[in-house]
Amino acid sequence: MDYFWELFFSGLTRGSIYALIALGYTMVYGIIELINFAHGEVYMIGAFVGMVVAGVLTSFGFPAMSIMVLASMAAVVYAAAYGYTLEKIAYRPLRNAPRLSPLISAIGMSIFLQNYVMLSQTSDFLSFPKLTPEFVFLEKYSSVIGSSDFLIIVVAAVVMIALSLFIKFTRMGKAMRATAQNRKMAMLVGVNVDQVISATFIIGSSLAAVGGVLIGSHIGQINFFIGFIAGIKAFTAAVLGGIGSIPGAVLGGLILGWTESFCTGYVSSDYEDVFAFALLVIILIFRPSGLLGKAPVQKV
Amino acid sequence: MEGLKKSLLVSVWFMFLVLPIMGVFVDSIGHVVIWRLERVLYVGICTFFLSYLWRFMIRKKEEGRKVDEESGEEQETVLSKIFDNPAVYYPLLAGILIFALAFPELFSMYQVNIMISALIYVVLGLGLNIVVGLAGLLDLGYVAFYAVGAYSYALMNLYWGVNFWFALPIGALLGAFCGILLGFPVLRLRGDYLAIVTLGFGEIIRLILENWGDFTHGPSGISNIPRPDFFGLFTGLSNSIHFMYYMMIVLVIFTIFIVNRLKNSRIGRAWQALREDEIACQAMGIDKVKTKLMAFALGATWAGLVGVVFAAKTSFINPASFTFLESAIILSIVVLGGMGSILGVILGALVLILLPEYLRAFSEYRMLVFGATMVLVMVFRPQGLIRDVRRKIDIKAVKKALGESNE
Repeated sequence: MDYFWELFFSGLTRGSIYALIALGYTMVYGIIELINFAHGEVYMIGAFVGMVVAGVLTSFGFPAMSIMVLASMAAVVYAAAYGYTLEKIAYRPLRNAPRLSPLISAIGMSIFLQNYVMLSQTSDFLSFPKLTPEFVFLEKYSSVIGSSDFLIIVVAAVVMIALSLFIKFTRMGKAMRATAQNRKMAMLVGVNVDQVISATFIIGSSLAAVGGVLIGSHIGQINFFIGFIAGIKAFTAAVLGGIGSIPGAVLGGLILGWTESFCTGYVSSDYEDVFAFALLVIILIFRPSGLLGKAPVQKV
Repeated sequence: MEGLKKSLLVSVWFMFLVLPIMGVFVDSIGHVVIWRLERVLYVGICTFFLSYLWRFMIRKKEEGRKVDEESGEEQETVLSKIFDNPAVYYPLLAGILIFALAFPELFSMYQVNIMISALIYVVLGLGLNIVVGLAGLLDLGYVAFYAVGAYSYALMNLYWGVNFWFALPIGALLGAFCGILLGFPVLRLRGDYLAIVTLGFGEIIRLILENWGDFTHGPSGISNIPRPDFFGLFTGLSNSIHFMYYMMIVLVIFTIFIVNRLKNSRIGRAWQALREDEIACQAMGIDKVKTKLMAFALGATWAGLVGVVFAAKTSFINPASFTFLESAIILSIVVLGGMGSILGVILGALVLILLPEYLRAFSEYRMLVFGATMVLVMVFRPQGLIRDVRRKIDIKAVKKALGESNE
């Protein structure tokens, strides 16, 4: 039974990270109906910035607690800045282009960012400093859930609750929902759509950076390629839950995390990534709008 | 003055962006921080000037759009004007053909080898062009069919000793079969969903090849795949490479012929209609399922076919040759060359594959440039190098002709 709980919690940890990244996909898709292919790369850049800042601060001899806070903040700020710039360069000039164009420029951006990080930070796996403090969470369960697992689950939950409150109650949140429903109408009633889209990219990228720092510190090493697989999986999570739906992204992330965890635990660890992709294909065949999504209305 | 201020801001912003990634390297083993701030400065200087260029290009694009809207016509490019003129076109074609035939005599074996791989990409690009360019279905897992072709030859040769000429049609058929296999479940999907599912499919194939160690030899790959022999002729390395080169030339010409005929056929028109407007297309009575499946299957056929050639050419394959990056390269060939345009795709393949080979010094930056070009082309020249010229009916001329006959 211990094994089951171990798999359960490792699935929950993975799932929380997927959900964090998936939120970025879902929000962007909800507003401009575009898959931000470079989102996984923003997550990767967040992780790298966290690592570099932590390394620099360590060499200056900062205390451990402040390193954790400062490195995470830097990662969030930088990822947000990258997300914002990305939107400005690769998506905004293509706002009115045919649908294939922004998708291809997004793929181009993703390849560019990957190689940019690879050339400046080498293609090796670099070790990520342990940012989370070691502690024992409930002695009885210490064998199945470690401190960093616990931290990831808690941080992810807090961030997601904060996000849903933000979207529900703030002015910007309302503007976002309005834009997601109908961009033109939102513009007519005085919503600054450009600003809303930028804000969406900034928020989505920050969430991805939180995920990047958490997973980096959890696994202990990163390289330039981590964004690719994480991006596809987070996208799978977003589709699974119904793209455009925020609770859907969370649900999808958790389901994906558990699926992977249990399948690798009980079936075979060789095909870890295959399960995720197979799940994606199956979901799209039987329920293309996802678990919580609405069936898309075709606009003629 | 305004421009100066803007450019300064842009360059400061980019220097801020690249600071942690390019400016600092943390050696995690020795806990040494290496500062490389001069690079950040270079980036700042470059972006200062590039931002001027960027704004200039955006302005020009806006003006171009206005002109297009006013005249109601798409402007033809210089290149397509040249190629439309038969007095230039046919001699040029003959010249290229003669050059292509004489190529192995003129250049070294190394060059011929590079040319073979460039020609492989030409066929791949033309195959993907059916799916993406004509039918408008974004396929990011195209390399999976290429892998299917390559592995079908390698495995059949390994286990049953099947020779190249039998493997060639079988590889093509298996490619087509996989195309239909992928096509069926994803028929209902469009655009972005389709892109991600095909990407997932490509990764599934690669992961299976990598993990099914007993059957595919896993990551270590399969070696000693024989080159094609032609009734015992063309033995020896140099001869067989020359033979493969000529075979590729024939294959490319064959592909161009078929794709060109397909493009203007009933099914080709149906693809293009589907690309433009799916709902209207269905309303016109086009069978969506059949049309899409045909596109997938025909596109995959070429990939399977050329996959066999690839396995024979390198005589060693492993799953690392079939990553997503490869799909992205083929896609960028189609996109940069000009979606739907056959000539564009050929030029795109030659430029993208040959250029990095000759610019060895920059080979590290190849993918960086790839990515940046994909973005820039989409922003400034979405139609690619050569725009696909569509046949149009000049309504004014028709009216005039009708009017004259009425009088």
